[in-house]
Parts: sequence; C-alpha cells; structure tokens
Amino acid sequence: MSNRGWSFAAAMVVLAFAWVTPAAAAPDGGFVEIAPGVHVRHGAVAGTTSENHGAIANLGFIVGTRAVAMIDSGGSVADGEAALAAIRQVTDKPVEWLIDTHMHPDHVFGNQVFKAVGATILGHRRLPAALAARADFYKQSMREQLGPALDDAVTVTLPDDTVADERRIDLGGRTILVKAWETAHTDNDLTVYDEATRTLFAGDLLFMEHCPVVDGSILGWLAQLPALTAIPAERVVPGHGPVSAPWPEALEPQARYLETLAADIRKAIAEGVPMAEAVPQAAASERDKWQLFDDYNPRNATAAYAELEWE
Amino acid sequence: MAATECTRTGARSRTALALAASFAMVLCSAGPGLAQTATSPEQAAAEAAGAWAELKPDLFGDKELIEGTDTVAIDAPKRATDPAVVPVTLSFDPKMDVRKVTLVIDENPSPVAATFEFAQGADIRELSTRVRVNAYTDIHAVAETGDGKLYVTKAFVKAAGGCAAPAAKDPEVAAREMGKMKIRAFETDDPGMHEAQLMIRHPNNSGLQKDQVTLLYIPAHFITDLQVDKGGKTLFTMTGGISISEDPSFRFRYGASDAGPFHAKASDTDGKAFEKTFDGVES
Repeated sequence: MSNRGWSFAAAMVVLAFAWVTPAAAAPDGGFVEIAPGVHVRHGAVAGTTSENHGAIANLGFIVGTRAVAMIDSGGSVADGEAALAAIRQVTDKPVEWLIDTHMHPDHVFGNQVFKAVGATILGHRRLPAALAARADFYKQSMREQLGPALDDAVTVTLPDDTVADERRIDLGGRTILVKAWETAHTDNDLTVYDEATRTLFAGDLLFMEHCPVVDGSILGWLAQLPALTAIPAERVVPGHGPVSAPWPEALEPQARYLETLAADIRKAIAEGVPMAEAVPQAAASERDKWQLFDDYNPRNATAAYAELEWE
Repeated sequence: MAATECTRTGARSRTALALAASFAMVLCSAGPGLAQTATSPEQAAAEAAGAWAELKPDLFGDKELIEGTDTVAIDAPKRATDPAVVPVTLSFDPKMDVRKVTLVIDENPSPVAATFEFAQGADIRELSTRVRVNAYTDIHAVAETGDGKLYVTKAFVKAAGGCAAPAAKDPEVAAREMGKMKIRAFETDDPGMHEAQLMIRHPNNSGLQKDQVTLLYIPAHFITDLQVDKGGKTLFTMTGGISISEDPSFRFRYGASDAGPFHAKASDTDGKAFEKTFDGVES
C-alpha cells in the first residue's frame, strides 16, 4: 500500500471511531454503513409509486474529514430530503458534491434538495443535454407514478459541472474517483470509486435482482464490461439491488443477461426474423432470474434489435 | 408542455394531456408506470375515436372509404414495448392492384405517418415500418387501388410518449452515422416473391422535445421523401413525417423482377440528400 493508502487507512480508523457507532445504531432513513464512512440506502426493486415516493434506486453518501459527497439524489424531493436528513444524523460537514450517476428520474429528481444546501452537482459531460431533452417528458411521465403533489415539487435541476473522463475529488482524508463511461445503460453513465474502502458505486451500470434496462447501447455496455471488471474494488453498490455485493462477482448475472439478449437478437436478425416476432422470444431463458422482467425485457429487446441490425 | 404541443387543436389538448398523464411510461428504471386511473383503455379508445372523425374529411374529403375488405390489413402490437419503435406491417390483397397507401396514427401530433405510392407492376404485397406512437391510438391504413377507390382498415395500439420521448439514445452517434443506408434481401417461400429491407441511419427528430436550457423546441429533422428502385425501375416512393422512428426501416415483399441492383434515394427537412446503389446485398 502506498503512503497515501496508509494515510487513508489511518483516516478510516479515525472515521470508524467517530461515526460508525451512531450510524449503525440509528440507520436513519434506511441508510446503513456498508464500509467506514460509506452509507447506502436500499431502493425498493419496484416501479415508482406515490407510496414509495420514488425511493427505488440505491442512494449513498461518503463522509470525509472535511466534506460529504452524495451519490444520486433520489426519485422525488421527498426522497432527497430524507437522504439529507440521514446525512445530518451522521455529520454536520457540508455536502460539497452531489454526483448524478445518470439522467433517470429515480436518480436525479431530488437534485434541488442538495443544490439548496450548496452542493455542486456533478454529472457526465452528456448529462446536461440528455436530461434537458427529456425533462418535460420525465415530469409528465412521473406525474402519474408519483402523483401530482410529489411531481409538482420537482424542478428538474441540471448539473453545475461535468466530467468528460475522470475526476478525483478530495473529501478530506479520502479521495473519490469519478469516471465517465462511454454509452452503455445510458449515454451519460458515471461511476464513483472510494479508494479508501475500495467501494465502487456503479450506478445503473450494474443491476442486480432488478431486470437491467438498456436505454443507451447494449454493444457499448458489453464492450465496457472488461473495463468495469478491472476496477480493483472489494465491493460494489449497484444502482438497483442489494446495498453491497462482492466485486466483481456481482457483475456476472447482468453480463449473462446482456450476452443472452444480444445472442438471441443477433440470431433472429441473421435468420431474417422481423422485430415484432423476435422481441417476444428474446432472452426467454433469463425470465425467471430477474424481477420486473416483463416490464423491461421487451423494451430492451426492441432497442437491441434496432441497434444490432446495424452491426 | 410537450403533451399540449402534441395536439392539433386546443379542443383536443385536454384529452391528450389526460391520456399522456394517465399512460405515459418513463424510459428508465423508474418503473413500468402502469398504474391505472379512472380512465380505462376502453374509455380512452372511445375518446380517441373522435380524432378519426376530424381527420377523415381533412385527408380524404367526402370520398367513400370502403370498410370490411381484405384489400389492406394492418398488423401492429396491441401493446407497444417501446413507444418510439412500434413495428407496423401492412399487407395487400394481390387481386386489388393497390397503388397508394396512407398510414395514419390518429392521436399523434402529425397524424399522417407516411404515404407510400407503389409503381405499376411493382406488385408490393407487404410493407413494414416502425413508427412512434404518442398515445393510446387507432392506426388507420387507407389504400387506393388503380381504379381510384379507397379502402380502409384500422388497429388499436396501447403506447404512449413516443413523440415527446427523445429519439436518439446517443445523439452523437446519430449525428455521426446519419445517411448510411443498408439493404438486406430475404429468402421467401414463394419463388415469384422477393423480400428486402431498406434501412437508413437518420435521427428523424420529431421537433417536439424542448431544450430546457434554451426553452426552445429542438427543430424537427426527418426524412421527407424516399424512392426505392430495383434494376432501374421504381418499386415505391414514400413521403414521410415525424412519426417514422429514428433510423427508418422499410421491409417489403414484392412480385416485380428482382434483376439488377437496388437503388435508394432519400431527402430530409434540411435539404440533405442520401443516395446509394447497392451492387450486392446482404442476405
């Protein structure tokens, strides 16, 4: 371990003494401390409803000696406020950063809560354009799911700063690495890696239990799996699924799903089977392995067909 | 709001907004959003029926539209898996000499998706494309035969958000690849019939998405005209609108000679022209 590594480790001992106990004793807002100074709230593996106020994505925050970084802001203002309250149960340090892992409403509809307390919102270089183009559509679509009151409270809030490649952020005593990926789950996916605890926040580049959603490029996603796997993390926080899982084994089911879907669609295209006939059969062998499969697999198959026929 | 912009007249905007709010699905992990409200699909369909009553005279005047024949048939999914990419297949009675077909998506902001004209002797039996569907809607196909008579059929599709839903999953790729064309040929079970698919890389932007920074609508940019020839003879032409999906695809089954190369020529709203002769085709 480098000198810097040891100093992180030393800082972690301090952090552990200072904060593990209260966080573990009072996991406020459903946040649990999965590693020293790394807190995660489990999102329901479900669709957004007014009852769950959009709390369907895993949210996290990382506490340094000087500042806090929040990772994703939740699926509503209420969801974001609950997360901020949970941070305040743990520390009074300023939330300097809110990192949006990508554009989807369950990850960014609480943005304004963190902007209001002075956080700099950081996203992928393509996030501003992607979210801006979809803002009206998301607001309108989420209205039915969240209900008018919760949806009306949301002002779609764009990032203040963007990452084109990688950015290191010092939170005091620990550094997190924010990485921008090529098009995969969406065209604006970010991951956050906490070097001190070797914890990877994968955003929706990793789905567990919840059927993966392809809203970017299945080819791009498959092509980047080796680079994802190579991240020297010990554990991962998926965008959907458990709060923590061993890395890189956690990637295997999703890799199998994406490869199966691509193989089935490629075979249909090669045999001249039209889209309408190919979609209902695609990835059928994966059906019993995922929650919400029938809600997302047909759409993934449609997107995959439209993409793969240009190979 | 996009839903309001997506309507043709003020009178219909309330209905469209209610439909969009009731049934819109988000293209994300935010859930299937299938919660039903007081408006059932059947009620929505009943309300949607009004659109055709207005459209029919606008598009076809007082000409009779003959119903209940096999002249033209529509195959479309009852529920679309992705409202931005809804496959629709039109098939034609070979005895009827269909020369022109208009595809109308009643509840879309610009209801005429495309008009296809078939050349004499092309003998087009089947034509598939992919469309955006903005609300629970009837889809009408009106076929004109050589004697000038009009025949109509319809299908109902449950889908929402296709027009306002952003077209390009990756706009940078869409811009870079624009204008590429590809033809595939398929085996058929009938030696007198040939089948092929023309694909064109194009964002086919609907013009209904607002940029939150500028508060301006992103300009519509779509293929307006297309001509497909085989061996120097035209098979069909198309005039298209914003309802044709990104990366337009046309798969067609035809009885005309398959000698000679395919040739396709398309132009878009920016005045760009794309043209290609396909000496060899993929199968």
